[in-house]
Amino acid sequence: MNAEYPLSATQLLDLYRTMLTIRRFEEQCNYLFLQGRIPSTLHLYIGQEAVATGVCAHLRPDDYLFSTHRPHGHAIAKGVAPRAIMAELFGKRTGCCQGKGGSMHVGDVRVGMFPAIAIVGGNAPLAAGAALAAKWLTTDRVTVCFLGDGAMNEGAVHEAMNMAALWDLPVVYVCENNLYAASTPVSVAFKIQQIADRAAAYGMPGLTVDGNDVEAVYRVAGEAVTRARRRQGPTFIEAQTYRLCGHSRSDPRTYRSKEEEEWWAARDPIPSLAARLKALGLVNDETLAAIEQEVAALIDEAVQFAETSPPPEPEDTLRHVFWEEGAAGGETWRA
Amino acid sequence: MARLTIAEALRQAIREEMRRDPRVFCLGEDIGIPGGFGGAFTVTLGLSDEFGHERILDTPISEEGLVGVAIGAAMAGLRPIADVQYGDFLFNAMDQVVNQAAKMTYMSGGTVKVPLVLRVPVGATGRGAQHAQSLEAFFTHVPGLKVVAPSTAYDAKGLLKSAVRDDNPVLVFEHKLLYGSKGPRAERGALSPVGEVPDEEYLVPIGQGVIRRPGRDVTLVGKLLTVYRALEAADRLAQEGIEAEVIDPRTLVPLDRELILESVRKTGRLVIVEEDNRTGGWAAELAATVAEEAFDWLDAPVRRVSAPDTPPPFAPVMEQFYVPGVEQVIKAVHSLL
Repeated sequence: MNAEYPLSATQLLDLYRTMLTIRRFEEQCNYLFLQGRIPSTLHLYIGQEAVATGVCAHLRPDDYLFSTHRPHGHAIAKGVAPRAIMAELFGKRTGCCQGKGGSMHVGDVRVGMFPAIAIVGGNAPLAAGAALAAKWLTTDRVTVCFLGDGAMNEGAVHEAMNMAALWDLPVVYVCENNLYAASTPVSVAFKIQQIADRAAAYGMPGLTVDGNDVEAVYRVAGEAVTRARRRQGPTFIEAQTYRLCGHSRSDPRTYRSKEEEEWWAARDPIPSLAARLKALGLVNDETLAAIEQEVAALIDEAVQFAETSPPPEPEDTLRHVFWEEGAAGGETWRA
Repeated sequence: MARLTIAEALRQAIREEMRRDPRVFCLGEDIGIPGGFGGAFTVTLGLSDEFGHERILDTPISEEGLVGVAIGAAMAGLRPIADVQYGDFLFNAMDQVVNQAAKMTYMSGGTVKVPLVLRVPVGATGRGAQHAQSLEAFFTHVPGLKVVAPSTAYDAKGLLKSAVRDDNPVLVFEHKLLYGSKGPRAERGALSPVGEVPDEEYLVPIGQGVIRRPGRDVTLVGKLLTVYRALEAADRLAQEGIEAEVIDPRTLVPLDRELILESVRKTGRLVIVEEDNRTGGWAAELAATVAEEAFDWLDAPVRRVSAPDTPPPFAPVMEQFYVPGVEQVIKAVHSLL
């Protein structure tokens, strides 16, 4: 498998840059929220960056992505502009959903990311449907659907994965097992030890991967995405990871131990990758600092853009209940 | 000009739309199984012979899943017609209909469309409480969904074709006693109206109601089966010299409010007939609208003739009591004069 999905020095650095962008974006969100500059709640992706990054590295802008209530990392990795995401979090008209979505629904269909779905597991049938359309209308477009461990006990996911396998749909289900559904540990919600074991019951390959090792995620995702691109059917990936923050902004994390958090903090995917890049001789302290600065500038610009953008008009509430011909919103990062 | 049942008219609409647009397809339970029924009410019977089993896609019994698949397919460029067999099963798919389909365009800031049709059979037909409900009111309450309820073959065909071409989720409510399903799928006690349907292409626009019978003394509004109850009541009232105007809104969202308000301004009296529970119902909403918009023209209170606030019962004698009948409509009209 290693040989089939090799990573060049440039690609490794790109992965690092994306992971760091997600991390700094989320840290900035947290800071802005505590300052009262971002309204509402936030579900941050801190600690899980390697999963979105390793998976989305295989995706083209026209591939489809379905996300969850914790979508900022997926959005950045898929190519939604950080400034458009940030403006959405601020509830601004320039946000990727024109302020209609908010944190839990960010997305930009022009880079292949539908609005994130904040009903746990509700995205799984949608992803199967988009994959069905892609199978009919295109030769090689792929759909990826991120799910949390909590979603795996939703009926919708069971129904969707059965149909995805039944119809050989070009979709990859990526379950980010971060060990907790809000405060509920997986041991309270699952009899089985490995969530990926369920894939066999649907009739699709199930792979388990260290979700904090971006290279491992990249290899496994490469296999799954290639299968889908070649129209060989769906794949289920369980990426084992850990959120190094609370479930949402109001979570003091008293349901898990300090020792456990420390164990996982020592496996933080970003310093791990930095150390590996150093060992490979691809970076030194200077180049790492330069990447930090580059990312910081990108995030600063995003915040500046969001803060100076105009809010929607109150009456905009009434628009977009139904489809309006010629309407469009947001902007794209890589377009 | 052909004379068709509603089931035949719907089938013709699907056939024409699938021939016209390769993105249109059907999915649902038992819709195309060889030797099967062509859906619970024969609407898709024989279509897999022409279109194959990819475009007449049989699904497992997974309502939430199949409705979600339909929505996802619509978001990604297809134009699905999903069949949920019995409307009651749509409750299994409420998340997909209400949280996903209805809100997708809105949440995306108007950048994602969901050109989805959901065909929903409703009405009490001797099957007890879980195969009998009239669900329209639930969905008229949800912003982002269009809701149509055809009561004739002409409207069934024209509205279904319009629904397929609409870029929004459209729920098409169909009454089991109006289909005219044949063979082993025929319904006991069905009305099965047969209507004239032109040979040439036509559409019935979503959002336009129709006056089924003009009158000056009282306005009767019904939908689906209760249009026919209202018409029968109007016939009998005419024998006493009372001229009732019968309105069939055909579309519930967006509602042709002006047609109804105009009628009420003329007659000064309104009776709404619906086969649904009374509380929080569609009739209540319409009564409120008329109270707000045409109060000064009313000569009498607005009356609702609805099912009682009970689940649909099984025993025929109780079911007959449950479903609003002609006598109740006449009684309601008498109480206003």
